[in-house]
Amino acid sequence: MNTSIIAAGKDLQWKDSLTTESSLVRRLLIAAAFLYLTLFLFVPLVAIFSEALKHGLSGYIESFFNEDALAAIRLTLLVAAVAVPLNAVFGVAAAWAIAKFEFVGKQALITLIDMPLAVSPVIAGLIYVLLFGAQGWLGTWLAEHDIKIIFALPGIVLATIFVTVPFVARELIPLMQSQGREEEEAAITLGASGWQMFRRVTLPNIKWSLLYGVILCNARAMGEFGAVSVVSGHIRGLTNTMPLHVEILYNEYNAVSAFAVASLLTLLAIVTLSAKVLIERKTASPDRLKSRR
Amino acid sequence: MKIKQLASIAVFLTGFFLGVSSIQAAEPVVILNVSYDPTRELYQEFNAAFAKHWLAKTGQKVTIKQSHGGSSKQARAVIDGLEADVVTLALAYDVDAISEKAALIPSNWQTRFPQNSAPYTSTIAFLVRKGNPKGIKDWDDLVKPGVSVITPNPKTSGVARWNYLAAWGYALRQSGHDEAKAKEFIAQLFKNVPVLDSGARGATTTFVEHGIGDVLINWENEILLGGEGLGKDKFDVVVPPTSILAEPTVSLVDKIVDKRGTRTVAQAYLEYLYSEEGQEISAKHYYRPRLPSVAAKYTKFPKLELFTLQEFFGDWQKANKTHFADGGTFDQVYLQLSKERR
Repeated sequence: MNTSIIAAGKDLQWKDSLTTESSLVRRLLIAAAFLYLTLFLFVPLVAIFSEALKHGLSGYIESFFNEDALAAIRLTLLVAAVAVPLNAVFGVAAAWAIAKFEFVGKQALITLIDMPLAVSPVIAGLIYVLLFGAQGWLGTWLAEHDIKIIFALPGIVLATIFVTVPFVARELIPLMQSQGREEEEAAITLGASGWQMFRRVTLPNIKWSLLYGVILCNARAMGEFGAVSVVSGHIRGLTNTMPLHVEILYNEYNAVSAFAVASLLTLLAIVTLSAKVLIERKTASPDRLKSRR
Repeated sequence: MKIKQLASIAVFLTGFFLGVSSIQAAEPVVILNVSYDPTRELYQEFNAAFAKHWLAKTGQKVTIKQSHGGSSKQARAVIDGLEADVVTLALAYDVDAISEKAALIPSNWQTRFPQNSAPYTSTIAFLVRKGNPKGIKDWDDLVKPGVSVITPNPKTSGVARWNYLAAWGYALRQSGHDEAKAKEFIAQLFKNVPVLDSGARGATTTFVEHGIGDVLINWENEILLGGEGLGKDKFDVVVPPTSILAEPTVSLVDKIVDKRGTRTVAQAYLEYLYSEEGQEISAKHYYRPRLPSVAAKYTKFPKLELFTLQEFFGDWQKANKTHFADGGTFDQVYLQLSKERR
């Protein structure tokens, strides 16, 4: 008993002076974490693919080659293609303002950026219905000018932008704050224009975090269900995104197709995660650390 | 002379534009049918049949887009601006709501198509586990202790309102029109309901796929589809001796069809539901056809005694006010139950 504690103590000095658990406890904790992840993440993931491939590969592929599924995939990609760049630009601008300047209402701006994370997506959808719906504040005016927002592409894009606002900004704010403004000031003193400074100094400093934020933002944009469901109108082949299409297929007792489309979403998530891991490696590489200091 | 020339040019131009517009009429057209949950399979087939019929009749290609969801939720979406050319909803009350809250449909809409604008009917029936282990045959079997009943939430679901009124009507008939006894019966019934899904399809999924409950109360069409389509070896269909005549209703959305210029094709679309082929497709998907010639062919519909909404409840406006509006009998019963459960 005594010796094991001493041995563990020696171990501690070698490995990590912060942990005091015995190796048994450590192994148990790691095993528990693995078991937990296996049960709640890995098994469901496997289930998605096994359900999707229940009727073989041809049945799986067939699920994608009908008009409604293709339309849902196209719409999802289109919505992400609009929402993600907009949020990237906004995120950089907001993080820039918050990290490099002092101004009245800064705290309010930070809170506002965080709001979509705190608000239920259903509410996010409903506020747009209240604003732009036929009975909403702007409804009559929009109807007179024949502008469709709700139950059409603009509404879906708006709802997606709303729920994905925080990702890029949240990723950049702490980094830009820690970097301070000395390098930018140096660039300006040396005669760089604002754009040159941004391109040559700011952007290289934040590029990996920016990319990481964009990836998270994209993952959420493609997967968003709640907010989009409220403003979509569920018109097949027109306003159904992939997550909504999955639900419809499932409700039609078409489990194979539902899981096939779900597996495509899962694959997108896996690609996203792999990209994230790659970027994390890049960020952690020594030359990157050197360049930051 | 000049004036004459001008006039002839004008005539030519007018003719030219009229010609163009008549060509435009034959251009492909898209209409949107906003419907409720269990009609997915029905309209998938009907839309294809109508498109074929319309092309043969007029030479115009028509595409019908579909949107499905809980009936009241769908009505809400149309009120909020979902541009439906036609609505085919679970109950007249939801079409009334569109007419009242958004003025997109005139209030006399139900008189514009035959048979209360309900081209097909259904009733409320039960689905039980194979072999009917709890011995459920009639409505009063549902209130027995230990029977778990699945029915959706009448606040959000069309069929749940039909279910509720069918049970209420049954209790009224049994008790000789004693409203207090009917309310007691409903309270007993909802005591046996473990989950309230928001729509008909959700309730079916709960019962069929998640295996919850001893009996599912739902549309006859959903029950027959569930019983025959999903597993004859797992479920039995039970049709009670008496139930309610459920009339899912259809309507044009006037403001939208006039704005989009789709009135003619939308009108023809709904009329085609009453045709021989439309009725055949309805019957195939377990909706009771109105046309006697088609009804005679389909013997799969069990015979039962049907009472109407009008018989016990007047109309939907009244039924809704008494039973489903805030503070109505459903709220009273549910409040009572949640107090007892505490």
